Amino acid sequence: MFADLGFGLLVVTFISAIYSVVAAIYGDSRKDPRWVESARRAMLLSFPLTTLTVGVLLYLLSSNHFEVQYVYSVTSLSMPMYLKLTALWGGQSGSLLFWAWLLSIFSSAVMLRKWDRDREFLPWVIVVSSVTLAFFLSLILFFENPFARWWQTVTGTVAAMFAPAGASLATPADGLGLNPLLRHPGMIIHPPMLYLGFVAFIIPFAFAVAALITGRTDDRWIRITRRWTLWAWLFLSLGLVLGGRWAYDVLGWGGYWGWDPVEIAAFMPWLTGTAFLHSVMIQEKRGMLKQWNMLLIILTYDLVIFGTFLTRSGVLSSVHAFAQSAIGPMFFTFIGLTFAVSVGLLMHRWNELKAESPMTSMLSREALFLLNNLLFMGVLIVCFWGVIFPLISELATGQKITVGPPFYERATAPLFGSLMLLMAIAPLAAWGHSTIKTLGRTIWKPGLVALITPLAAFYVGVHNVVALIGFTLVSLVICVTLYEIWRGSMARSKKLNENFLVSIWRLFGRNRRRYGGYIIHISMVLMAIGILGMEIFQTQTQGTIPVGGSMELAGYKINFDSVAQFDTSGGRNVTRAVMSIYKDGNYLGQVFPRRDYYYESQQPMTIAGLRSTMLDDLYVILVDWQPISSIGATFKIYHNPLVNWLWLGSIVFIFGTLVAAWPEKESAVISATSKKVRAPGAAD
Amino acid sequence: MELTPTQHKTGRIKFILGGLLILAAVVYLIASSTQASAEYFMTVDEMKAKGTTIVDKNLRISGAVVGDTIQYDPKTLNLTFMVANVPGDNNEIEALGGLAKVLHDAVIDPTRTRIKVIYNGAKPDLMRDEAQAIMTGQLGADGIFYADELLLKCPTKYEAAIPSQAGGK
Repeated sequence: MFADLGFGLLVVTFISAIYSVVAAIYGDSRKDPRWVESARRAMLLSFPLTTLTVGVLLYLLSSNHFEVQYVYSVTSLSMPMYLKLTALWGGQSGSLLFWAWLLSIFSSAVMLRKWDRDREFLPWVIVVSSVTLAFFLSLILFFENPFARWWQTVTGTVAAMFAPAGASLATPADGLGLNPLLRHPGMIIHPPMLYLGFVAFIIPFAFAVAALITGRTDDRWIRITRRWTLWAWLFLSLGLVLGGRWAYDVLGWGGYWGWDPVEIAAFMPWLTGTAFLHSVMIQEKRGMLKQWNMLLIILTYDLVIFGTFLTRSGVLSSVHAFAQSAIGPMFFTFIGLTFAVSVGLLMHRWNELKAESPMTSMLSREALFLLNNLLFMGVLIVCFWGVIFPLISELATGQKITVGPPFYERATAPLFGSLMLLMAIAPLAAWGHSTIKTLGRTIWKPGLVALITPLAAFYVGVHNVVALIGFTLVSLVICVTLYEIWRGSMARSKKLNENFLVSIWRLFGRNRRRYGGYIIHISMVLMAIGILGMEIFQTQTQGTIPVGGSMELAGYKINFDSVAQFDTSGGRNVTRAVMSIYKDGNYLGQVFPRRDYYYESQQPMTIAGLRSTMLDDLYVILVDWQPISSIGATFKIYHNPLVNWLWLGSIVFIFGTLVAAWPEKESAVISATSKKVRAPGAAD
Repeated sequence: MELTPTQHKTGRIKFILGGLLILAAVVYLIASSTQASAEYFMTVDEMKAKGTTIVDKNLRISGAVVGDTIQYDPKTLNLTFMVANVPGDNNEIEALGGLAKVLHDAVIDPTRTRIKVIYNGAKPDLMRDEAQAIMTGQLGADGIFYADELLLKCPTKYEAAIPSQAGGK
């Protein structure tokens, strides 16, 4: 009954989405605002409709309706309620519905804004969001229906929405349950974060297309969507970081990022999105890079769709591909069509999107921003090449050749290094015109201070050249950024005769985006510290030791105290070892590496014992233990220096993005004035 | 600041050159890194067919684990086992009835090409009969595959599995 209701709601939502596309186009061509208004209302309607649909599925998930195939495949009787509910995005059809729901939330929210000054955008924003929504709804309706049920026929059990002739509903006694690997807090919030980021990028794209179609190609669309883009970017970044944290905690291979195609698929829209965030500033301040911005947001949109497809289709063999489906051709057609149409529109408006003034100085702020964009594109090309290289090589030579993590590390490291160098230089470069001389005058002071870090690192015994370069860059970015904040606050404090701290506060308050951006820069290099530590200094050891025995790694002595095996709630059998850690004879604490065995799914899960400090992590994995054998237990131990800085950096990152994205009072007034003041070398 | 047309032109050329330079750098990075870390993806059959020409190259092979041959010494962490040839292409696997069936058929069929694998490291959880082993490593001159990395996949029952104990309601 409820499954029918859910399916019915989906059908209605689909029809309503199609209607709003047609009504918006018709209304725009007839210049009849009533039709556009009707389309807007249909768009608004999608929110309660999809919310109800999601509600129905949540009800089915929470009340063990195993006759529904999706409920059967992702939940089981023994799962706690919160896991049953979060199983909404634990499988393919559920996550597609979740995606559509988020899109309807965002596009409805956009519908509620004041459109007075931007009436002409409205129909086309509706068209883009509704087309995207309709596409996802059609996938759900025709290919991946979360409401399909099991039917008992004479030949066996089949899954279908409606009863085949002569079949009766089949209700399994229990479900399969969610993959144990996915039953982790990180995994529960990682997909929604990633999806929030993915879906929120649809909105700026919708405005970009609206600007292209209407020919209102000034920076209005960028100003409207500026904050959207930042929030989208925040969620996408959080999704990536949480995914890394999940891998670190649960997958038990001592790392957080494996250059898995699915990870790369989520990373690619982040790259174009980050480039976009930077280059829109150039359009706002200098009226340049307009065509480029359009191209970036188009790329981001299609990479978002591509990312959704890769994470949910099982097209590539990876740890994430727990879903298999036949929706690939649909996705590729949609991506191809939307890309072709958008690029066609961009070509159509190409001449209107010419820069208002030429770029002249190679070291000017805008040129450095352009360089930053090119570097991000460079990383994107590396990633894209890595993902498609197996296909290309197979087509060209008949031999499938893959490239692994060493490829990405080698090829991206210089690009990321250059990006860090840019973070250190660009904030000091002037708009319009800048030379080595003017730049050198401002950079030498923070530059000298920055040298302390690599010198100190060298002194304590770090002789790895790459690491020293990396630490120098990190240090340079932090020193330059703090120097820049200090300079701004000092100037303000002197001019207005304010207390210095008050000046810092107000400086941030008046230029949230700029100083939020600086905090984000600092967070990025803090993360870089963790990445350098892992990439360059990670060491490991493994071995089998008896109770009372010990292993040594990186100056630590890890003692195997005891091991116990017991059943816990949730259908788990837990094997838990107790290990004591010593350094130079001093007792530092205990860690408890664990192996959970899930009876239901017959799947084990390895949870590392972790001793974490800002200096290093000891990451102990209980690999194997046989109760009958007296040999002992097998452990694998990683020494991960500095990795905690990665997580610290991500917290700073959230803070910085919030500063930048926080709604400003009188933002309309500010943006109106800053548009007029476009003098080179202006304070902003 | 107004610029003369010639200044425009030299400015443009400067930027185009700069862009080309970056492009060249990216292309160089990709090309050199691809060469340094290329892994040849092949089936057990293909690897046997190539013989000694691919000894010591980075290979990535996949095969079905033959359960009876798994030997593991927890003291030394030496793991040896045989894998049987399975098709490398996903579509082909689907056409043959899915991964589970393909793996099963490969293991029970004694005529399939098999190869011995040696891996040093802890025995993975999923190391069992009829699992799919995806290994990177090198083929030794002795015909044994020395795996540096070992990934195991078991046909998952998490998606679209048909309930076995379905009762009418």
